[in-house]
Amino acid sequence: MSNTAPNRILGLLLVLPALAVIVLLFVVPLASSVIGAFETGDGFGLDNFAKAFELYTSDIIFTVVIVSISTVLIGLLSVAIGGYLVLGENPRAVAILRWLYRWPLFIPFIVVGQILRTFLAKNGLMNNILIEAGLITPLQAVSFLDWRGIVIAFVWKQTPFVALLVSGAMSALDRSTIEAARNLGSSRLRILFEIIVPQVATTMMVGLVLSFVTMMSVLSVPLMINAQSPTMITADIAFRINAYGDYGVANALGLISLVASGCVGWFYLRQTMKERA
Amino acid sequence: MTTTAATRPTFSVDLWWIPRAIVLGLLAFAIFGPLANLVLWTVTERWYFPHALPLEYGVSYWGRVFSPRGTAMESLTNSVVVAFLTVALAMALAVPAGYALARLKLPWRALIMLAFLIPQAFPNLPVYVNIARLFYQFGLNGTVAGVVLVHVTHGLVYAVWIATAAFSAIDRELEDAARSIGASPLRTFRDVTLPLAAPGLLASAIFVFLESLDEFTGSYFVGAPDVNTMPLLLYTASSGGNYQIASITAVLLLIPSVGFMLVVERFLKSDVLSKVGH
Repeated sequence: MSNTAPNRILGLLLVLPALAVIVLLFVVPLASSVIGAFETGDGFGLDNFAKAFELYTSDIIFTVVIVSISTVLIGLLSVAIGGYLVLGENPRAVAILRWLYRWPLFIPFIVVGQILRTFLAKNGLMNNILIEAGLITPLQAVSFLDWRGIVIAFVWKQTPFVALLVSGAMSALDRSTIEAARNLGSSRLRILFEIIVPQVATTMMVGLVLSFVTMMSVLSVPLMINAQSPTMITADIAFRINAYGDYGVANALGLISLVASGCVGWFYLRQTMKERA
Repeated sequence: MTTTAATRPTFSVDLWWIPRAIVLGLLAFAIFGPLANLVLWTVTERWYFPHALPLEYGVSYWGRVFSPRGTAMESLTNSVVVAFLTVALAMALAVPAGYALARLKLPWRALIMLAFLIPQAFPNLPVYVNIARLFYQFGLNGTVAGVVLVHVTHGLVYAVWIATAAFSAIDRELEDAARSIGASPLRTFRDVTLPLAAPGLLASAIFVFLESLDEFTGSYFVGAPDVNTMPLLLYTASSGGNYQIASITAVLLLIPSVGFMLVVERFLKSDVLSKVGH
């Protein structure tokens, strides 16, 4: 296929219907919610943002911090899983891990919320097992249904997704450099971080960026695991709308989390551009 | 991470099963512990603190869920109908778009790819509120069509990105060969490109199907209370403190998810996976 004008027009025509859906059903309502963020009682202003920061600064920091912690943990775990799947020498252990790690892959967030809500609660199965095993007394049992519960839910649900992408990219790599480094006596940890991870970095970044923005917009997990303060921005948005019908502050909070996601997306784009250049 | 250094052939292999078993065992507990807890709740009649296990087992709640007067059957039907319609529409949009993004020279290609990510990048809640307002004017609020449109918008990133990767992974020479022996571009696409991309496309269709089953926020604003889906039922039951009904609904949502997980690699080969996002 050559780079001719008719080809370009055909290409754009094929992409157009899908793009139109995104524009009409997402970008337009998104724009009206961005405009709504600046709409105040008398014209346009920053009142909504002042109110949002006054009431929810701790929640905004809380959201960015726990989503970042989750993203880092997901990245580390998926490199560990992918690395063992590629470099592991015991076929049986590799097969067990391959079978094991993917279970939460497609489990819906709302189901993850329900599962961990019952599992991590003070009287949940986790504490019950620890008590039965004599590791803690019933008085020492604590509920994990706070920020830790949200991080656990995110890592539990998103790690298989990133690990699947990462291990797929790793197994598609040319084995000869790995074997060469192996023959020269490099340790497997060194091969993993100096040869394999740099080559799958783009795929891993895609997985992590997708996970980051997904976690930023999940409503069901914070609602089901921890709806008390401090909680995530999404729960605050739902609260502003349900309790007060306050679209101004809700839209302002939405814009703040868009900026956080946008920073991550921009960082990814810049990396890809650099590689292509 | 400890397992990475866990196998060294110079020593008796059996001893390395100790760290391996510990790490794999912890992982198995982290994954199956919560799932086991969920399954226990579905067959629980009475269970309260500080009892480690339910005091009384039974399946009376299953009967309540599936009773003709129960809302679960209606939610289940709604969810499946919406998901199938979502897949049909999303694939009709994503196959041409994915082909163009993979094979044709497009201006601003990176920007177009990123555009499909937008619905995942913004907290959907305020957007869905505005969509609900928009749909209300067109009479789409509280209809299956309205919910389908919201789910398609949300699922297109998976559909388009995976379709693009599936088309990119096909050896271009096969298409060129078909063209050089006189096949038309459309015939080449139908007889060569499409069959080769089919496993990847099927995977993206299943992704969209599961995204639609999973979707909660949009259904709540656009569908409820006329179009009740499974996630809405699960949320109402759970916030009402009815863990049995919530857990049974959760298990019903789990079955297709776990089923797809077990077969996903038959559809998504590593050559396709390595092209995702490129």
